Amino acid sequence: MSAVTPVPPGTVGPTAIGPASSPPMAIRELRGLLTNYRRTWRASIVSSVLAPLLSLVALGMSLGKIVDAGPGAHTFGTIDGRPVKYLLFLAPALLANTAMQTALGESMYPVMSSMKWQKTFHASIASPLGSFDVFLGRVLFVGLRVLMNSAIFLGVMTLFGAVRAAGPGGLGALLALPVAALTGLAFATPVIAWAVLQDRDTGFSAVFRFVMIPMFLFSGTFFPVTQLPLVIRPLAYVTPLWHGVDLCRGLALGTATAGSVLLHLAYLSAVVGAGLWYGARTFRRRLNP
Amino acid sequence: MVDLSTSPTSARTASSEEPLIKAVGLRKVFPPTKRGGEPFTAVDGIDFELRRGEVFGFLGPNGAGKSSTMRMIGCVSPATGGELSILGMDPRVDSSKIKARLGVVPQEDSLDMELRVRENLLIYGRYFGLKRAEIAARTAELLEFVQLSDRADSPVEPLSGGMKRRLTIARSLINSPEILILDEPTTGLDPQARHVVWDRLFRLKQSGTTLILTTHYMDEAEQLCDRLVVMDHGRIAAEGSPRELIERYSTREVLEIRFAPDGADRAAAGAALAALVGTGERGAVDRIEELPDRILLYSDDGEAALAAVHGTGTVPVASLVRRSSLEDVFLHLTGRTLVD
Repeated sequence: MSAVTPVPPGTVGPTAIGPASSPPMAIRELRGLLTNYRRTWRASIVSSVLAPLLSLVALGMSLGKIVDAGPGAHTFGTIDGRPVKYLLFLAPALLANTAMQTALGESMYPVMSSMKWQKTFHASIASPLGSFDVFLGRVLFVGLRVLMNSAIFLGVMTLFGAVRAAGPGGLGALLALPVAALTGLAFATPVIAWAVLQDRDTGFSAVFRFVMIPMFLFSGTFFPVTQLPLVIRPLAYVTPLWHGVDLCRGLALGTATAGSVLLHLAYLSAVVGAGLWYGARTFRRRLNP
Repeated sequence: MVDLSTSPTSARTASSEEPLIKAVGLRKVFPPTKRGGEPFTAVDGIDFELRRGEVFGFLGPNGAGKSSTMRMIGCVSPATGGELSILGMDPRVDSSKIKARLGVVPQEDSLDMELRVRENLLIYGRYFGLKRAEIAARTAELLEFVQLSDRADSPVEPLSGGMKRRLTIARSLINSPEILILDEPTTGLDPQARHVVWDRLFRLKQSGTTLILTTHYMDEAEQLCDRLVVMDHGRIAAEGSPRELIERYSTREVLEIRFAPDGADRAAAGAALAALVGTGERGAVDRIEELPDRILLYSDDGEAALAAVHGTGTVPVASLVRRSSLEDVFLHLTGRTLVD
């Protein structure tokens, strides 16, 4: 029957039109989103600064004092034989959590808005952009948002003295920044890919409640996962958040080994890769039916 | 008036005879939505050609396959069968290149509500890889054309439906497209707003832009289209200019008569009216369409037909003689009433 076989119209390169200098298609989508963000950033900036401030004061400093004085202080690791202060243990993990929360926040309702409410995805794909360009542009935008919020968090951490001069050149905490971005992307890619399929927004609150909160609590942010019962420990190990938390912490404290760095990076990259593959399919299904 | 003529890239197409769009046996079949369900054939093998400078319309009831056809032409929905060539290119291979030279006004506005009017055009121009200065100049021209210059820095959200539609039209022209595709450009607009949009589209037509549009408004098709096809159930039921179609499928005039709502008079009139068909006399009725609210008698002389109706002793509560319109063609071809 079919003389025509469907081909995904999405192309990532500057294959379309115009001068050779015209940017790749996904970058055009990213630029559009940044133009929009220039109008709407004020609403998000307050929570970007306030959230880390509150959690560092409440958990790191206030709770930290009690923990550091208690009998379990050594549980959070030792450096040069001395227990790591709880604030130093917690802060890089909260950095990874900020990355996750930013990524999830930017990957659900805004995607549904572009797909169903304002339908700007449909406008994008009527231009030279293809469905994969639209997806990739969104991923890059969320990546930048994660990087931005993580940088703000790192700044607040520094102000609170929650950064230890560790790692190469004493800048280990700075290395945690790209890792936080990668952690964010490990959430953003599959969640954006999934969100575009949704007809209603009911699934989104479920993700916050049943995915984000449990990860926040059980992925090694507040205590080492070795404290978890043996049976549920593997669950923590498969979450991207644990890999992000462990790597950010290892880099910030200067305790990371080359092997663990590679393992975490490989795992997070694999999740991003799987998310990109999935998103290419879901965006094509929705936008090029 | 601003220069809205087609872009300089027009020269890319080889000869003036070569159609801008050519479809042969074009099909679109959607897979079943449920497991074990039936696939749905939206477009069932249609042939058409679009020539440079013309306004070509797809007329049809909802679900006729118009929008699916537009989406295939717009390179956002792959064809499942047949051949489609747009600007001499194959949408399976060169969708991005083709889309760079198209303008699309979708059925539902897809504007960014969080942005200003001007910024919507900026974002869109950047999708096409246009430079900021180029976009700024073009934006001024286009907003003037759609009469939104004074709204350039307003947010989009509070604009009226008609204004949003005009902004969408301006946006679709940002890349100086060679073909402008409009999917039901005036659906959902109030009469005033419709007339403003028609006026703008007519100006585009005058300036030589090639338009392809879908509509289920007969007056829209009649006013704007040089040529049109009537689609029904995924197929093309007829093709021609509005005038040709009216001549081919209708009579010169139509007599509309109405009866009291109780239906008794109407039932009684049925047989008497049927006797008027094909008498060969002056005022002879070509055929009769029975609609829920009225009866249409197709005749080349409506007044004489009315006299003949009165001659049978039938007394309608209201009568109207009018010229045949595309609506009559449409009713004849797609089976009386509009499908919703």
